[in-house]
Amino acid sequence: MEYVIIIVSAIFVNNVVLSQFLGICPFLGVSKKLSTGLGMGGAVTFVMIVATLVTWLVQKLILEPFNVTYLQTISFILIIAALVQLVEIVLKKVSPPLYQALGVFLPLITTNCAILGVAILTIQKDFDLIESVVFAGSTAIGFALALVLFAGIREQLDLADVPKGMKGTPIALVTAGLLALAFMGFANLV
Amino acid sequence: MNQWKNFTKGFFKENAVFVLLLGMCPTLGVTSSAINGLGMGLATTFVLVMSNLVISLIKNLVPEKVRIPAFIVVIATFVTVVQMLMQAYTPALYNSLGLFIPLIVVNCIVLGRAEAFASKNSVGSSIVDGLGMGLGFAMALTMLGSVRELLGSGKLFNYTIYPEDYGMLVFILAPGAFIALGYMIAVIDKMKKA
Repeated sequence: MEYVIIIVSAIFVNNVVLSQFLGICPFLGVSKKLSTGLGMGGAVTFVMIVATLVTWLVQKLILEPFNVTYLQTISFILIIAALVQLVEIVLKKVSPPLYQALGVFLPLITTNCAILGVAILTIQKDFDLIESVVFAGSTAIGFALALVLFAGIREQLDLADVPKGMKGTPIALVTAGLLALAFMGFANLV
Repeated sequence: MNQWKNFTKGFFKENAVFVLLLGMCPTLGVTSSAINGLGMGLATTFVLVMSNLVISLIKNLVPEKVRIPAFIVVIATFVTVVQMLMQAYTPALYNSLGLFIPLIVVNCIVLGRAEAFASKNSVGSSIVDGLGMGLGFAMALTMLGSVRELLGSGKLFNYTIYPEDYGMLVFILAPGAFIALGYMIAVIDKMKKA
């Protein structure tokens, strides 16, 4: 039951993009087409789960016993950067088709603040290891859901008659605002 | 390069938020009031100036291939400094900015200026560039924060302008951030062309 609450809350109620404002750059940057949206969503899901697992272990096994928690930011970002490189190398060797699909998105993920944000949030919320992984996985699903929904809307928007001054980024932001408004309907669900 | 031009480009011509669309997460996440926007902007300015300074000093010592990780370590160090300073001296602001302070590390503006400017230019120009870009970012955040605070709660920097009952709550909440920024970018785009 606990896990269900974490999952529903992370996907719908506290959606990482639309209510926490994490990962806005890829949300606006790679949402012009549905297929790239799906690719980015997949890559983020993969990296987020692995990164949260590793940073949680580093926090509990290294930073806390040695009383150096002030190194959290610096060590987490280095772990994530190294991990992204590692995932890229391993994927290239082990599963070329998956690498083909996700490859271009991987270097962009290091600076996706959702990854570092979730790693820090799991520590702040005092989750245990399984809760952390569940939280990371469902946050990533929430990110992918928002991205895919938004990409779908933007594909339709290309055909719409938008006022000249609002073309491009402004209308995309207003659309994201309306999507966020729709997601507010999930408030009080848990 | 003309240092005055170098300083002012961050405010209008190459404003990080309105023109380059960088650093959107803190821009949208912390601007529920003008004071939060200003605090976040100044914290980012500090990190930008200090990391530009150090990176322009070490640019010839760092091998080409490992420059990005090296830059990230420098930036993360200054972010940790800011985090500790704010926790000690401005605890209220520290709590309301919350998660977004450690996330200055992944703010694209900071790494972007390190890579595009500080790693190629002299120490002096890099400091001026960091200061201009940082204050331009702070200005944008304060403007967005003011608009949202005024429309949402009828206040400006915590001074009541009109009764809160007439405010549109949605501008304080998440959707208002997107909508307000969308319209502000449209207006500034129009002003640039005029």
